Amino acid sequence: MDTEEYRDHPVRSYVLTSGRAHPSRNTLRPETLVRAVESRPVLSTASRLERELVELCRGTLALAEVAAYLQLPVSLVAVMVSDLVDTGNLTIRSNHQAHVLPGKDILEKILDGLRKL
Amino acid sequence: MDSASSDRTAPGQHLAPTVARSVKVLVVGAFGVGKTTLIGAVSEIDPLRTEERITTASVGIDPGQPNKETTTVAMDFGRITVTEDIALYLFGTPGQRRFWDLWAGLADGAVGALVMIDTRHLEDSFEVLDQLELRTKIPFAVVVNQFPDSPNYPLERVRAALDLLPETPIVECDARDRQSAVLTLITLVEHAMTFPVFQKVTA
Ligand SMILES: Nc1nc2c(ncn2[C@@H]2O[C@H](COP(=O)(O)OP(=O)(O)OP(=O)(O)O)[C@@H](O)[C@H]2O)c(=O)[nH]1
Ligand SMILES: [Mg+2]
Repeated sequence: MDTEEYRDHPVRSYVLTSGRAHPSRNTLRPETLVRAVESRPVLSTASRLERELVELCRGTLALAEVAAYLQLPVSLVAVMVSDLVDTGNLTIRSNHQAHVLPGKDILEKILDGLRKL
Repeated sequence: MDSASSDRTAPGQHLAPTVARSVKVLVVGAFGVGKTTLIGAVSEIDPLRTEERITTASVGIDPGQPNKETTTVAMDFGRITVTEDIALYLFGTPGQRRFWDLWAGLADGAVGALVMIDTRHLEDSFEVLDQLELRTKIPFAVVVNQFPDSPNYPLERVRAALDLLPETPIVECDARDRQSAVLTLITLVEHAMTFPVFQKVTA
């Protein structure tokens, strides 16, 4: 989807309606890592809050961290992040498959890391 | 003082660019049991806090007349970059039944939970343990926080009083002490590794 198409969409700024199609929303968890796509300019229709969110994500943060810094509930930030992933402004760095647990290899690495703390 | 806090940087502190995966552990337990303290002791960032407004069905009321009320639930959390590519998040949540909808979502995908226990008020933790056992399959370890006026029960007595399975780990902890808190996490992850759901190798 290109930018022009979005400009024609008046409801693009975050309107909290349920039942909208959100391909990425179900995969978002509080620990999901997100990061801004630097090469992608924020749409002119983006809200101040959305700009602030993208700005905050110039480095990797978990969704919950974004929510805490913006002083908003995680559930609301999940909706905004999902929209911004759909517009190509944010990318999900982790856990793109929902309901997938870490494997034994990951747990072993975590244990090694914890033992070195 | 401790080196952990001097390493902490300003708000908005990003993860290292090499971090590409996150895992989480829940820290649950009754009011005032030491959840935030434990998270703060191990976290590389100052613990953060978010609030969620949720609708809860009040219990103990005529079931024919569900009485809904809105409550604000705070969740606090911290993080540890455990390897150059993995960040571990610790989410602290009250864990009572009426907050179930909130923490059911949190439990999804978790490595496990630390259940913090205050032996001065053992019964306060029954509900949290029930919720974990009945409604999730996530591994948990019981963490007994020692307060100055805590009765000195042997751990096996606490285990019996809480009716824990023989394989469920139970450890003592000083939630203010980083190494002590780290040990509880090690215990939990070791326990999680015995669960069949974690046997696969990550795709
Ligand atoms: N002696 C001792 N005191 C502790 C320990 N852990 C926590 N405390 C103290 O207990 C009090 C409550 O700790 P918190 O970490 O705020 O407890 P919490 O579970 O986050 O409380 P809520 O979020 O209000 O449910 C604080 O005054 C802590 O300093 C411990 O291991 N030993
Ligand atoms: Mg707390």
